[in-house]
Amino acid sequence: MDTTPVTAPGNDILVAEEVTKVFPGVIANDAVNLNVRRGEIHCLLGENGAGKTTLADILYGVYRPDDGRVLLNGEPLDLHSPRDAIEAGIGMVHQHFELVPPMSVIENVVIGTGAKQWLDLSEARRRLEEFFADYDVEIDPDAEVGRLSVGEQQWVEIFKTLYFGVEILILDEPTAVLTPQGVDELFRILRQMRDEGLTIILITHKLREVIALSDRVTVLRRGEVVGTVNTADVEQRDLARMMVGRDVLMQADKAQHDTGEVVLKIDDIHLASDTGRGSLKGLSLDVRGGEILGIAGVSGNGQNALFDAVVGVRHPEQGTIRIADADTTHAPPHKVALQGVASVPGDRIAQGLMMDFSVKENLILGNQRARRFARAGVLNRAEIDRFADESIEHFEIKTPSASQTTSTLSGGNLQKIIMARELSGEPRLIIVHQPTRGLDIAASEYVRRRLIEERDRGVAVLLMSEDLDEIFQLSDRIAVIYDGRIDYVAEPEATSLEEIGLYMAGVVEAAGAAP
Amino acid sequence: MEDFFTYSVILGIFVATVKIATPLLIAATGELVAESSGILNLSLEGTMTIGAFTGFLVANETGSLWLGLLGAAAGGAALGLLMAVMTATVKVNQVVAGLALNILGLGGAFFWYRSVYDEGGAVALPTVDRFETVAVPLLSEIPALGEVFFDQHWLTYFAVVMVPLTFVFLYRTKYGLELRSIGHNPEACDMRGVGIISRQYTAVIYGGVMAGLGGAFLSLSEAGQFFPDIIAGRGWIALAIVIFGNWRASWILVGSLLFGFLEATQLSLQAQDVNLPYQLLLALPFILTIAALVFNRSRSRVPLALTIPYHRGER
Ligand SMILES: Nc1ncnc2c1ncn2[C@@H]1O[C@H](COP(=O)(O)OP(=O)(O)OP(=O)(O)O)[C@@H](O)[C@H]1O
Ligand SMILES: [Mg+2]
Repeated sequence: MDTTPVTAPGNDILVAEEVTKVFPGVIANDAVNLNVRRGEIHCLLGENGAGKTTLADILYGVYRPDDGRVLLNGEPLDLHSPRDAIEAGIGMVHQHFELVPPMSVIENVVIGTGAKQWLDLSEARRRLEEFFADYDVEIDPDAEVGRLSVGEQQWVEIFKTLYFGVEILILDEPTAVLTPQGVDELFRILRQMRDEGLTIILITHKLREVIALSDRVTVLRRGEVVGTVNTADVEQRDLARMMVGRDVLMQADKAQHDTGEVVLKIDDIHLASDTGRGSLKGLSLDVRGGEILGIAGVSGNGQNALFDAVVGVRHPEQGTIRIADADTTHAPPHKVALQGVASVPGDRIAQGLMMDFSVKENLILGNQRARRFARAGVLNRAEIDRFADESIEHFEIKTPSASQTTSTLSGGNLQKIIMARELSGEPRLIIVHQPTRGLDIAASEYVRRRLIEERDRGVAVLLMSEDLDEIFQLSDRIAVIYDGRIDYVAEPEATSLEEIGLYMAGVVEAAGAAP
Repeated sequence: MEDFFTYSVILGIFVATVKIATPLLIAATGELVAESSGILNLSLEGTMTIGAFTGFLVANETGSLWLGLLGAAAGGAALGLLMAVMTATVKVNQVVAGLALNILGLGGAFFWYRSVYDEGGAVALPTVDRFETVAVPLLSEIPALGEVFFDQHWLTYFAVVMVPLTFVFLYRTKYGLELRSIGHNPEACDMRGVGIISRQYTAVIYGGVMAGLGGAFLSLSEAGQFFPDIIAGRGWIALAIVIFGNWRASWILVGSLLFGFLEATQLSLQAQDVNLPYQLLLALPFILTIAALVFNRSRSRVPLALTIPYHRGER
């Protein structure tokens, strides 16, 4: 009998030794060492682009390391594909869901399992029901996965991984899509699973989660391991320093000041989406000049539809949208832009940029017809170059030149291109969706500072974000969007993370809460 | 005009409907399986032509129609294999690969035919003895129905049996579930250790075999000979039928019969010199397909990753 206590040092289950992985132009993992002990919750902490996902993908057989090796229970493990990892008892839930949306929960679970060719779902159904009962989760096994909420989809992801009977579970940023209560719930269950003997590797860039959950944490920065520490021995501040490489200001400065006229007024708009999820069902709000209205909410509750309605990409079936004095309910995007509306979409690659174009072309995208850049339909190259150089300097865009192909830039610099372009027209309304998603701390700080500057200039800012810390930090007022409506608006001082979380989950019906 | 609606004419139209529907149904159920794995094989027209030819060639050389069918299956499989190599392994754009193979199939069959049978000068077209129809005992005695459904070719019975079999394969076996999953989200399957390439090969080669057999129906059951435009657009109609049927085997059967009926009616109208614009009937399959697309918009079952090549670990 093995009598070693399960978390004793030396009881390493999974080890990465000097693992190196190079992608064209970046060293995603640079001689990384990681040791995970049996039965612990081990966090991998690091900023965006630090190489967390790459390391996990190597442990899961998605990538083969260029150098170094992986050991399982002391034996070298040669992984050629996820199949090999699964057979070795390693499972992974990816940052972006790997689900088949038109299929049912059970069908998603049985893909890739079992040897029987005749499709037999009864065994999976029994285990699924048992699992959901064990952990108090309520999901219909026959529901179509694409129609579940993101929180429920997360459970399907976790269960379908555990269904393989794995000993090690890797979770890549599982909390990004959850409400604060959803996170608590997940963590409670992860602790329960650990106590039952599962080894868990949890990837995150949120310090609070590391402290709340993990036994040990390994910090990555720019592809290198900064160190591994016992969570009990450190505080958030120490981890932040390890992660960023310097002391971090955890707070953006924001002076009090007066707000002006109502710039954006949305009255009772309805907008149905194709899938039925994310429709607007009678949403109203207004934003004044000089204020930031932050909209909190779990993704899929109508944020995309709201963004599209304001910028004129889709038009509501009912209700009105007014910008200053103009009714823009049915105006096309370029007419809306003429009203002084700048927009930074949530999906910058799909909606904000032409990735194969040069940086300077992207900097004038949408303004190419402006007097300044074109005469009689012919582009004025000299003026475009001047404007591009100005913007690159002003917004600190890191690019070898203005003619560089945009797709080669990092996420933070892509966001800066959009910000530079959108702010160049001196807008009176800025609508931003997930402005710092995927950005590192420095780039995020920069974007937030710019938004506050614009607000101080008297611009109305509509901020939609799933990062509650960001919402609390920037907003003058906070609204919660749930199921296509906004029924709760409060000033940050007058509310709390918990309260916002309850509205985000739709647990609380607004009972005259709006001021 | 009154003459047109006689019992025998109408019965004739229904008998012809089932005949015309047969190659469409065989090719379309095969294409359904291929598309379920996420690969759109636009080369059906060319693949059916190759099948019609290799089927004819083998039957003519060996004197056995059954060996001819094997030859047709092999010809279709060869083109399917090429398609699979280009799309599943090399990951060429599927539309480009399909169109290229289509031309290869059409041109290749013609070229091969000429090099085997054309000794210069006008010779009589070579022929084979066609498959006879096979009457099902008793059932074929039923008035009207018997003649329409139970006195047909082996390949017709095969086509009909393949409809429920295709359904069972796609929806009741694990292989079928995984195939459909690949068509919707190959990455999700790869991350669960499901072999993608092998399944796509299977599906696309199977689709090629079926297209080849569909083509052989025309050369071995209908015409008894081969000529270069023997398929005459049926490959494209089969592709349209998969869309019309919203990627469901049962509706693909309905679509094949419907399109067969339109064609049979059109032929009958022309044969009897009825003064109706038969061009309209020729265009109807495509108009109906577009209508079905619009009608099914919100409940479309199109494989979500259709035509999108998958590379592991690419962003
Ligand atoms: N498939 C790929 N091709 C090219 N570059 C890649 C690829 N995957 C990752 N990279 C690059 O490798 C680096 C590390 O990426 P990785 O996804 O591992 O970071 P991460 O720590 O998971 O970040 P995040 O918090 O944004 O998920 C980044 O610079 C990224 O751009
Ligand atoms: Mg990551």
